[in-house]
Parts: sequence; C-alpha cells; structure tokens
Amino acid sequence: MPADAAGLGRARAAAFVAPALLLIAGFLVFPALWTIYLGMTDYRLTGLAAAEPAFTGLDNVRRALDEDQFTHSLGLTLQFVVGSAVLGQALLGFAIAWLLRERHGALRRLVEALVLLAWILPGSVVAFLWIALLDREDGTLNALLGTPGTAWLVEHPMAAIIVFNIWRGTAFSMMLYAAALSSVPPSQLETARLAGASSWQQLRDVVLPRIRGHVLTNLLLISLWTFNDFTPFLLTNGGPGDETEIMPVFVYKTALFNGELGYGAALSVLMLLVNLVIALVYVRLLRAREAAS
Amino acid sequence: MSPRELLGRVGRYTLLSLVLAFFALPLLWLATAPFDRTPEIAASWPEFTLDNVRELLDNENALRSLRNSVLLAGGTCALVVTLSALAAYALSRVRLPGRDGLLYALLLLSSIVTGTAAMVPLFNLAYELDLIDSRLGVILVLTGGLLPSAIFILKDFTDATPVSYEESARVFGASPLQIVRHLVVPLIRPGLATIGVWSVAQVWGNFLIPFLLLRSPEKSPAAVVMYTFYTEGGQPDLALISTFSLLYSLPVVLMFLFVSSRYGFRFHGGIKR
Amino acid sequence: MVRTLTRRARATIGVAVAAAALAACGGSDADGDGGAVRLTISANAVLDGKNTEEAAWIEDWVIPAFEEEQRAAGVEVDVEFEPSGVDDEQFKTRLALDLQAGSGPDIMTLDGIWVGEFAQAGYLEPLPASAQPGGWDGWEQIPEAVQQLAAYDEQLYGIPWGTDGRVLFYNQELFAQAGLPAEWQPTSWAELLDAAEALGELDGVTPIQLNAGTAMGEATTMQGLLPLLAGAGEPIHDGTGWTGASQGLVAALGLYQDVYGGGLGDPVLQQETQGRDRSFQKFADDEIGILVEGDYFWRSVINPEGGTAPMEDRDDTVGWALIPAETPGAGVEGRDFASMSGGSVRAVNPASDQAELAYELLTFMNSAEAITAAAQDSARITAREDVNATVLADDPMLSFIADEVLPLTTFRPPLAEYPQVSVLLQEATGAVAAGDRTPAEAADEYAAGLGEVAGGAG
Repeated sequence: MPADAAGLGRARAAAFVAPALLLIAGFLVFPALWTIYLGMTDYRLTGLAAAEPAFTGLDNVRRALDEDQFTHSLGLTLQFVVGSAVLGQALLGFAIAWLLRERHGALRRLVEALVLLAWILPGSVVAFLWIALLDREDGTLNALLGTPGTAWLVEHPMAAIIVFNIWRGTAFSMMLYAAALSSVPPSQLETARLAGASSWQQLRDVVLPRIRGHVLTNLLLISLWTFNDFTPFLLTNGGPGDETEIMPVFVYKTALFNGELGYGAALSVLMLLVNLVIALVYVRLLRAREAAS
Repeated sequence: MSPRELLGRVGRYTLLSLVLAFFALPLLWLATAPFDRTPEIAASWPEFTLDNVRELLDNENALRSLRNSVLLAGGTCALVVTLSALAAYALSRVRLPGRDGLLYALLLLSSIVTGTAAMVPLFNLAYELDLIDSRLGVILVLTGGLLPSAIFILKDFTDATPVSYEESARVFGASPLQIVRHLVVPLIRPGLATIGVWSVAQVWGNFLIPFLLLRSPEKSPAAVVMYTFYTEGGQPDLALISTFSLLYSLPVVLMFLFVSSRYGFRFHGGIKR
Repeated sequence: MVRTLTRRARATIGVAVAAAALAACGGSDADGDGGAVRLTISANAVLDGKNTEEAAWIEDWVIPAFEEEQRAAGVEVDVEFEPSGVDDEQFKTRLALDLQAGSGPDIMTLDGIWVGEFAQAGYLEPLPASAQPGGWDGWEQIPEAVQQLAAYDEQLYGIPWGTDGRVLFYNQELFAQAGLPAEWQPTSWAELLDAAEALGELDGVTPIQLNAGTAMGEATTMQGLLPLLAGAGEPIHDGTGWTGASQGLVAALGLYQDVYGGGLGDPVLQQETQGRDRSFQKFADDEIGILVEGDYFWRSVINPEGGTAPMEDRDDTVGWALIPAETPGAGVEGRDFASMSGGSVRAVNPASDQAELAYELLTFMNSAEAITAAAQDSARITAREDVNATVLADDPMLSFIADEVLPLTTFRPPLAEYPQVSVLLQEATGAVAAGDRTPAEAADEYAAGLGEVAGGAG
C-alpha cells in the first residue's frame, strides 16, 4: 500500500477528492436515489399514473420476480456476460496481448489499431456495420462462408450478439493485459524456458500468478459494462421475439416504449443488486488471491 | 530454426491473421457504402460516386453537429480527466475512511444513472438547475456518470507508480499540487490518455442524454443527427447514413491515431513494479 | 508541426481548449428581439431528415405568413420552430418529459394515438370555445371519423391535420403471370388466399406480405392484425375493456396460420430487424405479390420520385384493393371491408404563457390555405375534405384512400396501455407465423398478458 509520499495529508486529500465527489453527489448519487424512489411507485410518463403516481412499496419488485420476462431476461444477460465478457473479451484480449508481447513492428500497430477502432466507433455506426455483415441475402459473412440465406440475427441471435460484443469490447482487455504482461520480468520467463517449461507451463506458473490482480480488475469492469450494455438493441431490437432481450433492453422497452417508469426504475435497482453480487464475487476472489500470495 | 519453433511461428501468424480478419471484416461496409450510388445494407463493390458526400456537405445539420460533438466530448473529457486524476491520486496516496467501499458503491450506482430509467430524475434535475438546452447540462450529467469508472481505472495506475520520486520532491520543498503536475501526471500520462479517449468515445456515441436535454437544432451533436436520417416510416436513408457514419467516425479515429502516436495507448506504460 | 511546440505551450493549449469548450457550452440563448411575443412550434420533423416537407412548410410558410398576419394586426410575434427527427417513441418521451415539468413548446404535433394518455396526465386540455366546432369553422371540413383522432372521452384536445388508410397493394405484372385479373378486389379472406395460392406457383415470388411479430413493431399491429380483427367484426377495445381472446382474434390469427403455415409468406423475414425495409425492397423488385400497407408506402417508398425503394413503373404496375372482411358483411358494424387509420394532431400546451395567441396560430396552421400549402409539393391525405378535393385530384391512389377507405376505417383506442397491448398482439402474430403456437393458444396467451398490463396500468 503506497504511503502518503507527497505529504498530502487528509485535509488536502479531501480537497483533491471534493470536486469529483461534489459532481458525483449532484449528478449521480442524487438522481440514482431518486430513481430508487421512483422504483417504489407506479409512476408512468403519461396517462393517469403520470398525474397521480401512487407509492406502491415493493410491488414492482414482486411483479418482476413473478414475471417470466424478468427471469428470462436475467438469464440471457448472464449468458451474454459470461459468453462475451468473461470468456470472449478476456480470453481473446489476453491471447492478442500474449501473441503481440514481443513484437513492435507494423503488424502490432495494425492489429492494435483495428481492435481499438472497434472499441471507439459510435454504437449506432457499429450496429450498421454488423447488420451489413450478417445480412441474410447478401451479407459479407454469407458470401465468405458460402451460406446464402442464413439469417444469423434470426437463427442464432444470442450467438450473434455475443460475437458482436467480443468484437466491440476486446480492446480494453487487450490493453490491460498488454500492460500487465510488460510487468512480468523477461528474466523469469527466460529461466523457465531454459528449465524446459512449455509455453503453457510458462503461462501457468510464471505469468498468471503475477497478473492475477489485473485479471480480476479487468473481469470486474468488463462484466459490469457488459451487463449494462445497450448496444445489442441496435442490432436485434431484443428479438426475434424476446430471444435477445437482455436487461438493459428490457428496461429500455419498459421505460421508453411502455412508459412504465416506476417499473423500469425498479428493474434498474434489481440490476444494481445483481451487479453488486457480481462485484462482491470478484472482490472476494481478489482478496483471497492477495491473501494467498 | 527447429521444427517446433517453426510450427509455433506459423501458428502465431495464423492466429494473428484470423484476429485481423475478424476485426477488419465488419469495417468493410464503412469503406464501401458511402461511395456507392445505390447503397444497400450489404457491403458490395461500389458503383463509385461522391454524390453522397456532396449531398451530406450540403446538409447544414451534418457538419454543425460534428462541431457540437467536439464541444460536448471536449468539455466532458476535460472535466473527467482533471477531476478523476486529482481524486484518484488522493485516494491512492491517502487512506480516507471507507475509500474502497465508496468507490465500489459509486461504480455500481453509475450503472443506474447511465440506464434509461433514470431519465426523469436527470431531466428534472437539469430543468430545476436551468440547464435545459445548455451544453453545460449535458456535460455535467455525462461527467457524473463517467467519473466513478474513470477514478477506478486511474487509481489502479497511480497505485502502480513508485512513490520514491514524490518523497524526494517533497524533501526539496515541492508543494503537493506541484508534485502532482510535474511528477505524477507525466508518470500516469498513458492512463490519462486512455481515460480521455474512453470518455470522448462514450460521449461521442451517447444519444439519449443530449437528445433529452438539448432543444435547439444548433446544439445537436452528431449522435442525435445520425438518427434523423430516417424517413417518416422509419426507413434508413442508407446513402446519407453510411456517408455520415464515416464522417462521424473520422474525428474519433483521428484522435485515437494522434493519442496513440504521442502517448502510446496502454496501461501502466513502461512502469515495472 | 505539433512536435515543435514546447511541452508548456501544449499544456496551455489543452487547458484553453477545455476552457473554451466549457465556456461555449454555458448559458442558453438570450431571448429573441425585445418586445416581441414568442411562440415555439415543435414537431418530429427536421429539414433534410425525417418529415422534411413538414419542417420546410413550418419554417418557410407558416412562420413568415403568421408573423406577417399578426404584424398587420399590430402584434409583433416571433415564432420559432423546434425540429426533431427521431423515433416517434423517443420524441414522445422527450415531449412528455417537457410537459410533466411544466415547460415545452407552445404548439406541438402529436400522433393521434397519444391524445388520450396525454389528456389523462393533464398534459393537454380541451379546446377553448374559440377553437371548438362552432368557434372555428374548419371543423366543418373535417369528417366525423377523422375528428376522433383529436378526441378523448367526448372532448376535443387538438386539431387533426393529416390521416392515412391501409389497403392491399398488389403487383399487376405478377398477377398477370399467375393468371389473375389486373383489376382485383377480393371480397373475403378465402379469395385473398386463392390469389396467394396462384401467386405461389410463380418462381422466386413470395405471394403475400402480412406483417407479423415484434420486429415490425407497430407496423404489425396497424397493417396486420388490427385490420383483420376489424374484418372479423371484433373491436380491440369495446369502450369498457380490451376484448381478449375473442372469436375474431382467433379467426384473424387463423389467417396468419394460413399464410405462414401454408408457405404463402416468408416467416423469417418477419423476424429480421430490417424485415420491413426488406419487404419494401422485394415488392419493388417484383418479388412480393400482395403487400398490406398504408398510403405511406405509395407516397414515400415505391414513389419513383424520391421513394426509398423507388419503382419506375409504379403507376402502371401497382394496383390496390380494399382489405376484405372475413366474409362479406362480417366486419365491424356489418361492413364488407376494413381498414385502420392513424394520423397526427396539433395541440396547444396548457402551460403556454400565450395560450390565446397560440390557439390563433393553431387554427391558422389548420386553415385551408395553410393545409393546401403543406400538401402542395408532396400530396398527402389531409384532415380537410376541401383541401383533399384539390390536392389529391392528380393521385388516384390517394383519392381512393380519401374517398373509399376513410368512410369505413377504424382508429386505435387512445389509451396509455395501448402500446403494451400492441406488443402483446405482435407477439401473438409472431408466435403463430413462426409456427410455435396455434391461433387459439396465441389468443389465450394474449388474454393472459392483458391481465398483467391492465393490472399494472391502474
């Protein structure tokens, strides 16, 4: 744990933190608490419930837990997070970082640039790119695979948005792991190699123990981001039917299309609780690792 | 070269080619459709034309909206980077009570505010503060949502920087602010660059907040204007959308190229623990 | 270039840019010319974007003409247009946010279907006497059926200005190849299916496009299930409640089963996000025989001039027919044919500081002269019969809607729960089209879903 090397002292430290905290208090905590309150009413944007919203306590939560739609949506979201973030982005990001770790030429720059491009392009643009790629009749993918007439977004909607999100978000993991790998002293790898360790053994015995903390930070952030990611809506509208209606899409449809803001707010609070569970699991893992090492 | 090494090398290049293809393939449409006389939803060899570009340049909303996006993204980015750097540094160096719990709580709360359900509180807050149709309102709301993640990531960076320089600077009588500016900022510059690019990208793509809070067409950012290229029945005007997509993407791509050539684009750049 | 700058200079520039960005963002515009009364008009229309004709009309015709008229009467008015160009749902959300905060434009354009829920929420108020029938003479030109668009609970809340109607569009070339008549008017669903069967013999042709499923959204309800339901003699809402798993609903879903189960339609197309656009393109490419759509399809999709899927030979190739009832006389109120209509309404914000002047502007915008100007360049069906008689004269299709469809059309119930009910109906059609449910099962699921909506809607 780094000490107070700059001699900041608590008072000055508080002054450094204050502007950020004030802004967060005003524009994050306050509206978030308000949203939690709305979650306990039957408020709607229009209609009678807009004029006279009633306090309904935990009714919305009960309704969500009773409704198949909620559990269905939560299940899809977990699939989406595990498939695209935990397995997809984290593994692919690590693989790219590992493959590129000792390279510095044009190839590395090209790969990094393309991966990062996928990350920073605006969501609405990216959605069009993927709709064009997966198009049923003359999509690029069907032309390449020789599978004309395959409507990927209809026949394999979950797989499609999972692959899409891997494409979209791998950059963050790649960058984080590239940094983490550069902190592994080359001499240790060299020693292991001389001792006859295979690449896999080097990875397991030398690299992984050193980057565990980074792995967990990365997993925590990408899991939370993916859990709350709305972009797949632009690809599938949550469909066909409700086959890709992940939580953010469910909330969007409830709040914007149905105008049920009270219920939508309650759903966001439930999402927050699930996020909390995810975060707790990771933090526990992180603590356990730190204690072990 | 031993057969095993050769095999390893072939395997590595094969994998890298696959990665390249995977990331390049979806981008094809962006390269062809804007220049196609009759763009369709599928990427195809264009019947080359610059008409789409010309038509777009005649559309006064299009170029103005890019300028607006730059203002919103620039303002948000400046606020996020400055405030999160100060906060992350202080949180990293001084043990404030309840620090970790607070950070996690804020990180979680940010997911509520960036979702759709918070639009009524955010709107009414902006309305009460007289921030409707004000870019400042959009910037403050967006900054509030982005700060927790930014602090979280930057704190990781500052945790990883060695404290020995700061100690010696302090011995020579440098003030904390001077230490931050002249020692810490250069050390975590790649992190700041990453946060900067990340926040710009978040604002650049955000539709809902600017749409709900801004009113004058003169202030609409590109993310909102992108949605106007649809007909009454909700059909996309592909010629305009593809061309605008390209135009809309260019600034972030240029920013990325600039930042990556200047600062390198990575975490904990060059710091060995 | 940048490399030659010193570190300090770069830092200074960085700070300056940030400060400029922040400064440029602060503060809203100062209020217009001093002394003038200010009014704002809002619509989901924007120049060079969505509904560009409406935006052009407001900016280039309404505003100058109204300001001129008022100036002649000695009043300085400064009218501003607040354009928008997004999904209707998003526009509605923002408008409702404005209205619930007690702000918003003085005059707004609404989809007629929103009138009821906005009125319930107190976002709209009944028209004052000056704009009511008797106070404003324009109402005499607006047919009773179309007046419903602006009505809720026996009260008028605004003035309708445009409407539409749904028909069967068919490709006469394909009809000829299939041995079907060029002038075609089915009088029952059985005749419709017979024609589809004949078209099914042609290679590479999808006989009929009847929107199904949630991907098509409201287009499934308006252009698919609701006209069929009306043709089966069943209203969706009987004035006291939603009608649920009625005989008519099972019959209407049965037609979906006949079409999609019988290979007369393309079930995958219904589920694609871009399915509706693709169906338009396929119709234009002579690959779909019959398509159920509103006049929008004629005006803005297959229009050889500026349509999104232009058909050079539209006027010679495309025919249209009324949507038949299940059997002659089986429709609502014993009708032989059915259709659905929607349309838009303009209303005054109750929170307007200048309500009286705003109502003057509202009636001005709905005068024969103004509506004629709006429909001049791009013919469309207006709420006013006198205007329709002149602007639609050159367009046989639009005249057909105005003369034949509007008298027998039906409107959706303007209630806050409607969007959710509509989604339930879309799900029912989707399940039947995909072959996952029988019509009776899908109707029961719809009825079960209604229970939750009605329960949650209060």
